Amino acid sequence: MTASTADVLDYDEVLARFDPVLGLEVHVELSTNTKMFCGCPTAFGAEPNTQVCPVCLGLPGALPVVNGAAVESAIRIGLALGCDIAEWCRFARKNYFYPDMPKNFQTSQYDEPIAFDGKLDLELEDGTVVEVGIERAHMEEDTGKSLHVGGATGRIHGAEHSLLDYNRAGVPLIEIVTKPITGTGARAPEVARAYVTALRDLLRALGVSDVRMDQGSLRCDANVSLMPKGTTVFGTRTETKNVNSLRSVERAVRYEMTRQAAVLAGGGEILQETRHFDESTGSTSAGRRKETSEDYRYFPEPDLVPIAPSAEWVEKLRATLPEMPWQRRKRIQADWQLSDLELRDLVNAGAVDLVAATVDAGATPNEARAWWVNYLSQEANTRGVELAELPITPAQVARVAAMVADGKLTNKLAREVVDGVLAGEGEPDAVVAARGLEVVSDDSALYAAVDEALAAQPDVADKIRGGKVQAAGAIVGAVMKATKGQADAKRVRELILERCAG
Amino acid sequence: MSDLTHSTAAELAAKIHAGEVSSVEVTRAHLDRIGAIDETVHAFLHVDTDGALAAAQRVDDDVAAGRPVASPLAGVPLALKDVFATEGIPTTCGSKILENWIPPYDSTVARKLRDAGVVVLGKTNMDEFAMGSSTENSAYGVTRNPWDLDRIPGGSGGGSSASLAAFQAPLAIGTDTGGSIRQPASVTGTVGVKPTYGGVSRYGLVAFSSSLDQGGPCARTVLDAALLHEVIGGHDPLDSTSIDAPVPPVVAAAREGAAGDLRGLRVGVVREFTGEWYQDGVIAAFDQAVEALRGLGAEVVEVSCPHFDYALPAYYLIAPSECSSNLARFDAMRYGLRVGDENGNSAEQVMALTREAGFGAEVKRRVMVGTYALSSGYYDAYYGQAQKVRTLISRDFERAFGDVDVLVSPTTPTTAFRIGERVDDPVAMYRADLCTIPANLAGTPAMSVPAGLSDDDGLPVGLQVMAPALQEQRMYKVAAAYEAARDKAWGGPLINRVPELEVAAR
Ligand SMILES: [Zn+2]
Repeated sequence: MTASTADVLDYDEVLARFDPVLGLEVHVELSTNTKMFCGCPTAFGAEPNTQVCPVCLGLPGALPVVNGAAVESAIRIGLALGCDIAEWCRFARKNYFYPDMPKNFQTSQYDEPIAFDGKLDLELEDGTVVEVGIERAHMEEDTGKSLHVGGATGRIHGAEHSLLDYNRAGVPLIEIVTKPITGTGARAPEVARAYVTALRDLLRALGVSDVRMDQGSLRCDANVSLMPKGTTVFGTRTETKNVNSLRSVERAVRYEMTRQAAVLAGGGEILQETRHFDESTGSTSAGRRKETSEDYRYFPEPDLVPIAPSAEWVEKLRATLPEMPWQRRKRIQADWQLSDLELRDLVNAGAVDLVAATVDAGATPNEARAWWVNYLSQEANTRGVELAELPITPAQVARVAAMVADGKLTNKLAREVVDGVLAGEGEPDAVVAARGLEVVSDDSALYAAVDEALAAQPDVADKIRGGKVQAAGAIVGAVMKATKGQADAKRVRELILERCAG
Repeated sequence: MSDLTHSTAAELAAKIHAGEVSSVEVTRAHLDRIGAIDETVHAFLHVDTDGALAAAQRVDDDVAAGRPVASPLAGVPLALKDVFATEGIPTTCGSKILENWIPPYDSTVARKLRDAGVVVLGKTNMDEFAMGSSTENSAYGVTRNPWDLDRIPGGSGGGSSASLAAFQAPLAIGTDTGGSIRQPASVTGTVGVKPTYGGVSRYGLVAFSSSLDQGGPCARTVLDAALLHEVIGGHDPLDSTSIDAPVPPVVAAAREGAAGDLRGLRVGVVREFTGEWYQDGVIAAFDQAVEALRGLGAEVVEVSCPHFDYALPAYYLIAPSECSSNLARFDAMRYGLRVGDENGNSAEQVMALTREAGFGAEVKRRVMVGTYALSSGYYDAYYGQAQKVRTLISRDFERAFGDVDVLVSPTTPTTAFRIGERVDDPVAMYRADLCTIPANLAGTPAMSVPAGLSDDDGLPVGLQVMAPALQEQRMYKVAAAYEAARDKAWGGPLINRVPELEVAAR
C-alpha cells in the first residue's frame, strides 16, 4: 500500500500543530565468538541451521549458560553511555509464541537491566548538541530468521510455508532504550538519525559489534508520538520496525509524524501498534492487528543465576574503554588543524574513521580528507550507500595518494584509478597496470615524442627558438596527444624548451 | 525369580567386579524379569536390550582384562525415568507430544551413568511431564504397584519405583519437583532421595518446573541409593544452577549409619504434618519409626514450621507458572508431534492443534493455571506472593535446623491409593505431596525410607528424613541406621514381602 497525499499532513503544518516525542530502541548484535547461552559460533552468512546445538534450538532438557564475554560487552556499553551498572540483576523470560523463537520465550531482562540511566550527546549537522537520555541497556538473545514463502507481503500472514534458520537464534543482543526525546520539533527526524549514528560510532569504537545495519547487527525501532502544541501529555505512540539504514531512520520518523498528524487532524485516534517501514515508498504500514494486547508474562529466568558484577570488575572494564568518538573528534581537529566547518564536513560525511585509517596507512590528513569528503562522498551519494560501504579501503586510497605524491599519477589519472578500484578491478597498482595509466616519466621516451612533434611543426619550433616561449603550448599539446595524456605536461614543457635552447 | 534380581546393587557390583558373575548375566536376568512381568506392571516405556547388553559387555571386558572398573556401580543395571534425554533412545516424558522423539544428545545424568559403566536397561513410565502423583497421567498407560496391582505406584516416577519393587532393576533414577521421587518410594516400599537443589545436574532433564526439579537416586536400600547418588551428583558447567561443591560423603554416611548408633543426634518431628488428611496406619507406622530412632539413641523433639501449611498452594502457583513457560517449546515446529499441517493451516494454528492433541488434561490444567498466574495484573498476587511464601518456608527450615540435625515426617499422608480413585479430584491428588513439597520450595535435601507396613491395609509407609542444604550425609546416616533397626524388627528386608507376581504367559 502506498501513501496518498491525503494520508499525510504537510510537514510545516505538523509542526505548527504538534510536538513530536521520540523513543528509540536499538538492538545491537554483539560480535562475541559464541552465542549468548551456548557455545555455537555467531558468524554471519553461514549455511542455514549449521550453527545450532540443543541449547539454541531449545531442545527439551537443554539449559542456558551465560556468555561472560557478552556480559562484559554489556557493561562496557553501559559505562560508555554513562549508565549505572546494576550491582545485582537477573535475566527474565519474555513469553510469546513465534516459530523463529525456539523456546517460545526469549531470555531477556525485564525490570532488572544490567545498565540504566545514562546519556549520549549528539551533534547535529550544524553543530547543535542534543543530549539524549538513556533509560536502560539490557542483555537478551536474538531470535532465528523466518523466510515466508508465498503470500503477497513476505510476512507470516498469508504465506504458503515458512523456512526457519536458527543460526541467529541465541546470538547476544544488547537492547539500548532512550528516555523520551522531547523538544526537538522539526529536527526530530534529524535527531533520530544523529542518535543512531552517534550510537553506532560509539559501539564501533568499543569494538563490541559489527554495527552493520544492512546485515541487521544494528537494528532500530522508532517510537513516535505527537502531542498537541502546548500540552505535555504524550500521545499514543507507534513503533516502527524494519528501519534498516540511517537514512531510513530519518525518513521513518518524518513519515510517522506526518501520518499521525493527518490522523489526529482528521479527528482520528492513533492506534498503539507496530508498523513496518517500506524502504521503496518511504512510508509505514500497520502490522497484522492483534485481537488482544500482548502480555509477555515476564518472570525471572529460573535456569540462570543472578549476575552480580563486582565493583572491581566494573572498574577494570571502565579502564578498558577506548577514546570516545567525541573525544577523538576533538583530538583529530587539533592534530589535523581543521576548522570547525572542516571537522563538521568530515563528521557529516561519516568519514572520520575512514580518513583516520587512510592517514594511518600513510596519506596526509589533507589528501585523505580530499578523497573521502569530496570525491568518494559524491560517489557514495550517487550509489545511495554509506561511505564505509564503498568497495574501497583506506589502504587503497592511501596508495593512490602516494602515487600522486610521487608524481606517478596526475590527479586526473588518480581519479581513474580510484574508479577502477570501485569497479572491482583490483588493487590500485593492478588498475594502473591494466589500464596503462602511469605517467610517462621516462625522459628518453618523452624526448622522442618531443623531437617528433618539433619536426612535425618546424615553424612553431622556429618561433620557440626565436624566443616566443608561449608558442611551446602547441607542441606540449601534440606531445600529450601522442602519449595519450600520460605524460607530465610540466616535464614535457621543460624538455621542449631544453631542445629548442640548443 | 533369581537371586540376581533380588540382590542389592552393592552385592551385584561386588560379584561383578570380583568376576563371580558377569554383568551380562546380571543384565540378562533383569531383562528376562522385565520381559516376564512388565506386561503386568508396565514400569517401562522403552527397553534398550542391545544397548544394555553392550554396556554390560564393556564392563565384563574391563573385569576380564584386569582393568579397573569405571565406578563402584559398573555393570549394575538401572531403570532411567523417561524425562532424561538419552542420545539415540526415545524420550517421551510420558507425553504424546514427544512420541517418537529421539534426542540427539545425552543428559548429564545419562552421560554420567554411561561413564560409570552403569547399565541402563530402559526408560520408565511417568506422569506426563512429571505432573502427577500416580503415573495415571502418562499418555502410555498406567503403571501398577507390585504390592497391589490395583493400586498406583506413586508419581510422577511410578515407573522407576515400580521397577524396583518388581525386581526389574536394583537401581533407578527419578526426578522430584514436589515429591515425585519420595512419594513413589513411600508407596512402593523403596528408597528415594531428592538431593539438594543443584546437587545433580538438570542438563537434559526435560523441565517441568526449573526452580524445583531435581534428579535423584532410587533404590531398595539406603546404601545403594548412596552409591548411585555419588555417581550422578556433582558440579556440571552445563547447568548454571548446579552447585560447585563436592558431593556430600553419602556412601560413608550410609555405612556409618548401618552401625545403628544415633546418639548425640537431634531429630525434629514436624508438628504440622499430621491431621485430617493422614491415614491412621501411616501415623502409627511413623510413630513407631520415631520410637525406633529414639531406640538408636537419637533425641527426638517436636518442631514447628508454621509456614509449611502454605507450601501446597505456593507450589501450585510456582510450578504451573514455570511449566507454562517451559512447555511452550512443544509447538510442532522442530520436533515431536505435528497435527494439522495440511488444509492450509497457519503455523499458529498448527501449534494450537498440536498442543491440543498432544498434551493431556493435567498438563493443560497446569499450563492454563500458570499462564493465568503470570499474567500482568495477577503476577504480584500469585507468582509474587508464592515466592514470598517460599522464602518463609526456607526460614522455617533454617530455624528448625538451628535446633535439630534432621527433620522427620511421614513421606505422604496415605499408603498407595487405588487406580482411578483420585483422577477426578485433582486437589486430593495434590495432597499426596503435602509433606514433600516444602523441601522442594526450600531446595533442601530429603529422602524417603520404608517405615514398615500400615496396620490398616498392609501397604508400605514411608519415613521422610530432611536435612539442611548440602548436608545429605546426615539424612543418609539416619536412614541407614533406621533401615537396619527396621529390618531387625521385621525379621528381614521389608521389600521381600512384595507378593510374588504372576509371570505373564508367553
Ligand atoms: Zn547453540
